[in-house]
Amino acid sequence: MTLPPPAPPVAPDAVTASTPPRIELRGISKRFAATQALEDVSLDLLPGEVHGLVGENGAGKSTLVKILAGVHQADSGTIRLDGEATQIHGPAHSRSLGIAVVHQEPRLFPDLTVAENVFIGHAPSGRLGSIDWGGTRRRAESLFRELDVQVDVGAPVRGLSMADQQLIEIAKSLSLEARVLILDEPTASLSAHEVERLFTIVRRLRGRGVSVLFVSHRLDEVFALCDRATVFRDGRHVVTMATRDLTTADLVRHMVGRTVSLFPKVETPIGDVLLAVSGLTKVGEFRDVGFSVRAGEIVGFAGLVGAGRTEVARVLFGIDQRDRGQVLLAGVPVSFASPSAAMHAGIAYLPEDRHQEGLVQDFTIAQNVTLPILPRLFPRLLTRISTERKVAHEFTEQLSVRMTGVDQLVGSLSGGNQQKVVLAKWLASRPRILILDEPTRGIDIGAKVEVHRIISELAASGLGIILISSDLPEVLAMSDRILVFHEGKITAEIPRGQATQERVMFAATGSATVDEPAAAPAAGGVQSEQRLDG
Amino acid sequence: MSMTAAPARDQRRWMSLLARWETLLVLALIGLIVLGTTLSPFFLTAGNFSNLIAALMEVAIMAMPMTLIIVLGEIDLSVESMAGLSSAILGFLWAAGVPLWVGIAVVLVVGAFGGLLNGLIVARGGLPSLVVTLGTLALFRGMALIVLGPRGVSDFPDWFTAFGFGHVPGTLIPWPFMVFLALALVLGIVLHRTWIGRQVFAIGKNPSTARFSGVRVTRIRVSLFVLSGMVASLAGIILTSRLSSARADAGSGMTLTVATVVLLGGVNIFGGSGTIPGVALAVLCVAVMQNALRLASVTVEVQSIALGLLLILSVVIPTFAHQAKSALDRARRGRPPPADSIARGEAAP
Repeated sequence: MTLPPPAPPVAPDAVTASTPPRIELRGISKRFAATQALEDVSLDLLPGEVHGLVGENGAGKSTLVKILAGVHQADSGTIRLDGEATQIHGPAHSRSLGIAVVHQEPRLFPDLTVAENVFIGHAPSGRLGSIDWGGTRRRAESLFRELDVQVDVGAPVRGLSMADQQLIEIAKSLSLEARVLILDEPTASLSAHEVERLFTIVRRLRGRGVSVLFVSHRLDEVFALCDRATVFRDGRHVVTMATRDLTTADLVRHMVGRTVSLFPKVETPIGDVLLAVSGLTKVGEFRDVGFSVRAGEIVGFAGLVGAGRTEVARVLFGIDQRDRGQVLLAGVPVSFASPSAAMHAGIAYLPEDRHQEGLVQDFTIAQNVTLPILPRLFPRLLTRISTERKVAHEFTEQLSVRMTGVDQLVGSLSGGNQQKVVLAKWLASRPRILILDEPTRGIDIGAKVEVHRIISELAASGLGIILISSDLPEVLAMSDRILVFHEGKITAEIPRGQATQERVMFAATGSATVDEPAAAPAAGGVQSEQRLDG
Repeated sequence: MSMTAAPARDQRRWMSLLARWETLLVLALIGLIVLGTTLSPFFLTAGNFSNLIAALMEVAIMAMPMTLIIVLGEIDLSVESMAGLSSAILGFLWAAGVPLWVGIAVVLVVGAFGGLLNGLIVARGGLPSLVVTLGTLALFRGMALIVLGPRGVSDFPDWFTAFGFGHVPGTLIPWPFMVFLALALVLGIVLHRTWIGRQVFAIGKNPSTARFSGVRVTRIRVSLFVLSGMVASLAGIILTSRLSSARADAGSGMTLTVATVVLLGGVNIFGGSGTIPGVALAVLCVAVMQNALRLASVTVEVQSIALGLLLILSVVIPTFAHQAKSALDRARRGRPPPADSIARGEAAP
């Protein structure tokens, strides 16, 4: 009873002036501080169509979803809903306009029942305005019957699978008579069977005239489900086409075709194996990860967010503990119970989150740089400001940090300079292995080039470097060898000479490789050795 | 460069704010002394000062490790009960014929273990210290009542009571004040002049960064709680000595005063900043205030209200001052706060 009336399905390519799109976005721009998240983006969502939205990390997909959900407001551009100019003021307003968003990880109340979650905030009321629990239950049951899903609506949400929780979100959107359903990476944690069930439901909704925006990294799913697909890249709209006129290769090409001027990597002689990892497994995060890093080598970890790259780094640095596998550091098996143990063994980790994990914002530059090495710098406990300043000066100078002096508070530096301070801090600990997790995220292009120069010089000085980056051109330009992660496994190992954005993206999205025999996950240094000799 | 000039100014202003807080305390102290002098001609005598200092020494002593713990971003509410438990055990052992020095050693070990319990639950269990030490606040007091019951033990030897009651020979300086001074000196150096203190500040300001920088966060947390427990036991011993009586309810209500003193001393309740000299000044302020109120024949109830208000004000004033300051800074720079959250949100489309 709460479903929207069935509308005749509109052929996806039959756009005519007489049927206005359900949602019409024109010239949408959104800027966050230094980052232009969306620039002049236009997109039409037709009634009764499933529209795929794809793009790399940082392409602007999430920002667009958040604008439609009312979380962010666009800086400029127009939004038309069924031909009518609209502004979306906030999440509640977005819902009242008939837009529903289902997230990858549904945000439900775990201790409330399924029915309560579906009707939270708009439960049918009985006499005297009290909530009509019987009615709530019955209406929830009928919603799930329409979806053809078996769920006990009286059971609490806690303990239900991610897939079931998503269905509750969908049922909720139906109860709100949503005309637009946005699925934001809905299949990332679903099994194949659950994905199929979700697709069946989405197709049924399409048949009822609901417009679906399907945001996904999985290109095969986009082809299986979507009528049309739009590609974003660097906050811009690249192309919108009917999926039947597209191939996976086209899509990947549209996603990656970007170039960035980078510091040219200095070719460095590559030395002995410093770090050898085999069969490394942490249940639920990654499995059977094996690779090696040599002195002077930069090994790139490519892949999408959540593919397991940071998780591997955290285990190597002693933040998390592995379940299985072996780590050899200069031939010696090691296992670190804490970051301080890893540090003492010569591993340094520049974390992904500079603000929360990399720096103490209201410490001075000197205090930040010396934080990891205090016990070594001052074996007799008492600190000496002159010593600290000297050390800080040496390393910040080397990285040309722009500052008034080492007594400046780190929080008052620009993002790029802050990142250089984090680098200085880890260089001061004189590591053998340096793990860099998204070292250039959120910093401007000038600083980026400098960071690339520094990374290259560090490798030249004999460090083994692991470079985790979601920035494809960066990984390609900087790495001697690229390991591609997909859903917790290494799906490809690509030497520098053979690496292209397309190849990496294919492996990262789990698409079947088109042109090459699939590269086997590398076990240790054997493969690299062959490459070196050859 | 104009871009880099602003932060330096910020830092200067921040430093001056800090200086102002301690200046404020000195001014408050002078004001309170003047007030006390008008209340009673007896106020400004060495004897009275000796008394007002002595009356607050257990609090002052417990405030020293508490300063480090609050800078660390934690709190230890159980100190008053640990003082009570120590008093009870000391009395029990003495009454049972155990030599006093053995009793004192036992009590200090008990204090260390009590602190270890707090520290392990907080640091290993990852639980908020506010809740954990609220629990042990009741636990230690209950244990004290079981050990000694409602009775008091008071036939301690003279040398013991002389310690709490007497003065350094030739002066009017109470012995417990010397203990406080020594503790303040040592912990002041640890907090402000050693890398351990630097790590304590780092944890208080940003525990994740500290951990990612190889700081042994768990070890420091546990050690400070052990220290706090031991010092609370020491305070219990001094209290027993000063009152010449061991009681299970010794120290009741002292945590409130300890926390007041530390926060009045300018230590940030959210951790990450504070100084030992500031807290030492606050000790003097509270001692003089309590003494002045007593000389003015203010009732105990009103004294308690005054202390409570002081606690709230010492948290509220710096918070408002800070908010006003950052609002002012933002308005001046005309620049929104850093957009890190947004950058992160975008990174996971």
